[in-house]
Amino acid sequence: MTGVVAAGYALPAAPLAAGLAGLLLPPAARRAAGALGLAGTGAALALALYLAGAPQVRAGVTHHLDWADFGGVRVGLDLWVGADSAYVAVAVAAVAAAVQGYSLGYLRGDDRYAPYAAQVSVFTAAMLLVVVAGDLVLLLVGWEVMGLCSYLLIAHDRRLPEAPGAAVKAFLVTRVADVGFLLGVALLGIQAGTFALPAVAEAAYPAWVVPTAGLLILAGVLGKSAQFPLHTWLPDAMAGPTPVSALIHAATMVAAGGYVLSRLTFLLDGPAGTVLALVAAVTVLLGAAAAAAADDLKRVLAWSTVSQVGYIMGALAVGPAANALFHLLTHAAFKALLFLGAGAVIHAVAAGRFVGGLRRAMPVTFWCTALGLGALAGVPPLSGFFSKELILLAAAAGTGWADRVFAAAAFGGVALTGYYALRLLLRAFAGAPGPAAAGAHDPPWSMRAPLLLLAVPAALLGLGALHGDARRAIRLAAPHLDAAAALPLALTAAGAALAWWHWRRGPAGRPGAWSRAAAAGFGVDAAQRALVVRPTLALAGAARTADEVGVGGLVTGLGRAVRAAGDWVVARHRGPLPRALGIALGGLLVAAVAAGALGGAR
Amino acid sequence: MSAGTAALVAVLALPAGGALAAACLRRDRAARILATAVAALTLAAAALLGRPGPPPPAGPPVWHDLDLPWVPALDLRLHLAVDGISYPLVLLTALLTLLCCAHLCWRPPASGGRLLAALLLLVELGAVGTFLAWDLLLFFCFFEVVLLPMYAVIAFWGGPGRRRAARLFAVYTLTGSVLLLVGVLTVVVAAGTGDLSVLTGGAGLGRGAQYAAFALLALAFAVKAPLWPLHTWLPAAHTEAPTVGSVLLAGVLLKLGTYGLVRVAVGVAPQAAAEFRGVLAALATAAILVGTLVCLAQSELKRLVAYSSVAHMGFVLLGVATLTETGLHAALLGNVAHGVVTGLLFFLVGAVKDGAGTGELAALGGLRERFPALAGVLGFAAVASLGLPGLAGFWGEAFAVVAAWQVGGAYWSTLGALAAVGGALAAASFLRMLRLVSHGPAGTAVAAMPRPAAAHWWSWAPLVGLTLLLGVLPALVLTPGHAPLRYLLIPFTGE
Repeated sequence: MTGVVAAGYALPAAPLAAGLAGLLLPPAARRAAGALGLAGTGAALALALYLAGAPQVRAGVTHHLDWADFGGVRVGLDLWVGADSAYVAVAVAAVAAAVQGYSLGYLRGDDRYAPYAAQVSVFTAAMLLVVVAGDLVLLLVGWEVMGLCSYLLIAHDRRLPEAPGAAVKAFLVTRVADVGFLLGVALLGIQAGTFALPAVAEAAYPAWVVPTAGLLILAGVLGKSAQFPLHTWLPDAMAGPTPVSALIHAATMVAAGGYVLSRLTFLLDGPAGTVLALVAAVTVLLGAAAAAAADDLKRVLAWSTVSQVGYIMGALAVGPAANALFHLLTHAAFKALLFLGAGAVIHAVAAGRFVGGLRRAMPVTFWCTALGLGALAGVPPLSGFFSKELILLAAAAGTGWADRVFAAAAFGGVALTGYYALRLLLRAFAGAPGPAAAGAHDPPWSMRAPLLLLAVPAALLGLGALHGDARRAIRLAAPHLDAAAALPLALTAAGAALAWWHWRRGPAGRPGAWSRAAAAGFGVDAAQRALVVRPTLALAGAARTADEVGVGGLVTGLGRAVRAAGDWVVARHRGPLPRALGIALGGLLVAAVAAGALGGAR
Repeated sequence: MSAGTAALVAVLALPAGGALAAACLRRDRAARILATAVAALTLAAAALLGRPGPPPPAGPPVWHDLDLPWVPALDLRLHLAVDGISYPLVLLTALLTLLCCAHLCWRPPASGGRLLAALLLLVELGAVGTFLAWDLLLFFCFFEVVLLPMYAVIAFWGGPGRRRAARLFAVYTLTGSVLLLVGVLTVVVAAGTGDLSVLTGGAGLGRGAQYAAFALLALAFAVKAPLWPLHTWLPAAHTEAPTVGSVLLAGVLLKLGTYGLVRVAVGVAPQAAAEFRGVLAALATAAILVGTLVCLAQSELKRLVAYSSVAHMGFVLLGVATLTETGLHAALLGNVAHGVVTGLLFFLVGAVKDGAGTGELAALGGLRERFPALAGVLGFAAVASLGLPGLAGFWGEAFAVVAAWQVGGAYWSTLGALAAVGGALAAASFLRMLRLVSHGPAGTAVAAMPRPAAAHWWSWAPLVGLTLLLGVLPALVLTPGHAPLRYLLIPFTGE
């Protein structure tokens, strides 16, 4: 086992060990839990950086270990690390480390800090497992454990009555979608004769397999990545602590689907690719429109995540996958930064709604948020500008009709993004400080340092990745900035100008019908409840009744019938003496005749 | 006599002697401790079985074999053997019995603890004997040994509805026993022997005899497993039985049905099994869907876990029905995982119900506020039960689905997909349970609940550890199963 392979296996193992150990700590042991969490993610970050720098990784490193043999169907504990995996691993570990440090300040008074930090560590391990897994079943393990940690962490805050429900919703929507993922994995594994990822990607399949498996896997990805129509869980998931939202519901888990698809791009040559482009088109616009109407810091960011992950998905559908990975990385940086900034605001004013006037009281938070929003809106030369530009150019050059639909939506989304980014900045930080802003101040250093550290990649990742061989390692096209780049910039400016105009005009009384519908996510939630949740619960109730009354009643009825038959026979035997005597004599007579007949026959 | 064959005798003699001694002892506490010690020794003896002897030159690949005449006039032989299929089940039975006996030590019933402990050992004797019997008549005898002690456990130590539950249990399983006896006799009369090492593969049975035998045997085992719609005894029995009874019912008794189906029904009548497998698979899928849907609408904690058992056994039976190596591996692994995970769930649910005085979901709530550690383990068990990858429950369920898709065709693909949907519904039902029991403010029932004794952790910790271990290292159960399953499947694969 070479050093690279050992590092690949240790990458998820280190935070896993830290997480499992942390679960055994007493719940209130904040210091020990924090140290353990930082050690686990720190080790993972060091390993990820080592892998990103190792020359062998460029060519792709695979390693096979036997895991489970179901007689012909074999599952391996396989590793598959390339440059793309290494970069994603660095992003995951870096955000996780930042979040572990940030949480120490953010959840200072929490009496269940140890399980919290441990669950964040286990999540990090699961996400890193998805990143390095070279076997579909192993990947599925990481995939589902991520979902579990997301569930546990959303429900962490016991003061929020809506948290348990939001947690259940997040887990269930993704779990239902994962039925497709599991079936897709099963189909690919059976048809390829192996679950090993590189082999699955290169196997020859019968014509029907790739479209079927593609759509099945896509279902799971759309659920986990909160894409239309399975995005409904993500805004509710904001009931989780803000650092968790930054890590799981912005930077890593929701983008993991894009990473998985980038390893299975062959599935997208067909109906799955068309569906993905259309879903991405709807999601980009829907998420951005809802973000433009939402009235809560974290909800704006959640809807923005829905929209931005839509860009990642669309980039995968249009190709090349490298664009999607690049946007995944920049999005991880600037969205984690934005969430941690929002956490600082929530920490300062104890409210998630827009307070306004915080710019002077919280300069560090303001500038970090401004930087993150600039990157989100695609202001050059911040990171998001480059990654989004590449996606837009590729979409505009797309030939299929679905590609064109996505391209139109993507350009429209740029204008909306410019609108909601500036709207958020203005409504949260600009204006005269109100009473709610009194006493607000920048967060303590445990929270400030992660903020500042994340600001660096959010600003520079675009420039850094476009110069140097890191770009070639993930096969990213060289940038060619020309007149075509002006259109997105003009759209962003137009959106921002509208936001400025709206803000100057002041709060306009009651929101219109459009913005109410947008803030409510256009009723997809209600439709989901009416079409899926209620019928399922009704079916469950009916099944219970049918089972208890129907099947159970049948058995009880059968028992009664047998007893009744027994009673009847008993009653026949309880006749008066003459009848009994008559029957006995009759029986004797029959026996005698029979014996005589048999004897005679002999 | 080698160590292995001595262990074969010991795993039966120890619980038998222990049950007798525990019942005869005057002092209740001493009897319970004795039973625990005997159960521990039995576990040690069972572990010794796991060191395979030299492989037999021909016939089934058993590890240890003991063949003695018992009643020569009836051609009844005391033929015991262990192989990779039965070994994990014997170990599971011995472990769960030990944990149940230990549970009695720190949580004795109101009366008759020594008798309860003796009955537990008798159940162990019957179950282990069934797993080890290599002669059909002997198999039947051991199968019957389990029934009466379990009836007594439910009827005398059970909850308020114990009478009805025990009666339902007895009627159902006695019906199953009659079918089993007739089936066994059909095989023995037709083939002229009850020796499984001769019978496995369908040798000596004509087509008609196979059909009759399989129909009878499969029905008998379907009652025990249980297969929908023959399952209605299970929720009642599991709910009313005391905690140790529920654990053994779920962890051990249900396994007798699935084990018998694989070893006896499929083993001696493979041709008929191939004919009936479509029906079996459809009923198994129905069990999965009905079980999880009823769970989702369930209002009582123990009944919820009981119905989840119906669904789990549906996955096991679906795996068996595929008659492929993958499916049978999934079934055996799912069998063991279900014993561990549902055993743990019944221990935990029993502790909650005993402490809070009610199992109504509406009356519970807020467990994690009062007892975070208990809520944590309950959450762990629930998550394992809903089949989270990386824990024990995942492998059996996911690979039953894989096996169904491996068979291929519209019929099996549909069943596999429905089973997978059942897995998602199971998640819904367990998350609903956790939300109602663990989350929210502590209700009056939970607020008045005394702290569970620390000794409970001795029953829970081994099962938690095993759930993790089997999730990470499924090969522990898979590897021993390779040779015997391949042998069992020769009629289908022709190798």
